[in-house]
Amino acid sequence: MSGRGAEARARTGRLRIAAPVFAALGDVTRLRLVARLGTEGPLSIARLTAGTDVTRQAVTKHLHVLAEAGLARGTRQGRERLWRLDPTPLQEARRHLDLISEQWDAALARLRSAVER
Amino acid sequence: MTMTGTDRIEKSIVLRAPRARVWRALTDAKEFGEWFGVVLAGPLTPGARVKGKITHKGYEDAPFEIIVEKLEPERLFSYRWHPYAHDPKVDYSSEPTTLVVFELKETEEGTLLTVVESGFDRIPLARRAEAYRMNDQGWASQMKSIERHVGQGS
Repeated sequence: MSGRGAEARARTGRLRIAAPVFAALGDVTRLRLVARLGTEGPLSIARLTAGTDVTRQAVTKHLHVLAEAGLARGTRQGRERLWRLDPTPLQEARRHLDLISEQWDAALARLRSAVER
Repeated sequence: MTMTGTDRIEKSIVLRAPRARVWRALTDAKEFGEWFGVVLAGPLTPGARVKGKITHKGYEDAPFEIIVEKLEPERLFSYRWHPYAHDPKVDYSSEPTTLVVFELKETEEGTLLTVVESGFDRIPLARRAEAYRMNDQGWASQMKSIERHVGQGS
């Protein structure tokens, strides 16, 4: 019984991590920020804004949403703040989807053997 | 439909069987249950809430219910549900559902079946992950898949 309790607590813990991650990623501007930070490494807000039509304020707001979901972190560097990705929660979210995807593969394989026999 | 890489799962499969046969396997409650792994309590009709009993070992007590949306004969079947809501002690009814859509197309080899499950971005998905499987896909490949979905720059 205590083992079950621990398992439930662990599951609740993972739930707390994944829910805001899915919400935070449900926006194209934020996904683009994630993609840029992932390929270019740590960037300042000025760099993230340059050459785009997204305002500095909007980028700041989106970065804070990502930070609250644990996806990004800002650290002070001189006069600027550098933003970098924290990939762990994203991998977690991806992993759950991969799992459901595998379950569909298994179900469709069973469907195939049902209709092709 | 959002463009994120986490909101939807899409699968396509060509089945060497006529469209009518595949349609029956999808929409006859008994046949659906056999490949899906659930014993359904009633027929699949538009608007119906159909409860069921999962037959996979270890999940026998798990709540199961689908809400049928559309049945367009031999073309489209869709329903909503709480994906992998397996904990019998949890009431999932107030949570958002995902939408599952099966589409059938006739091809030379048989029937092309496409399944799209969407709406994951609104769901506390971790709750449904029974197994916790590490995958060794690195951060780099995660990024590639995101880039594919959103493109570069703004």
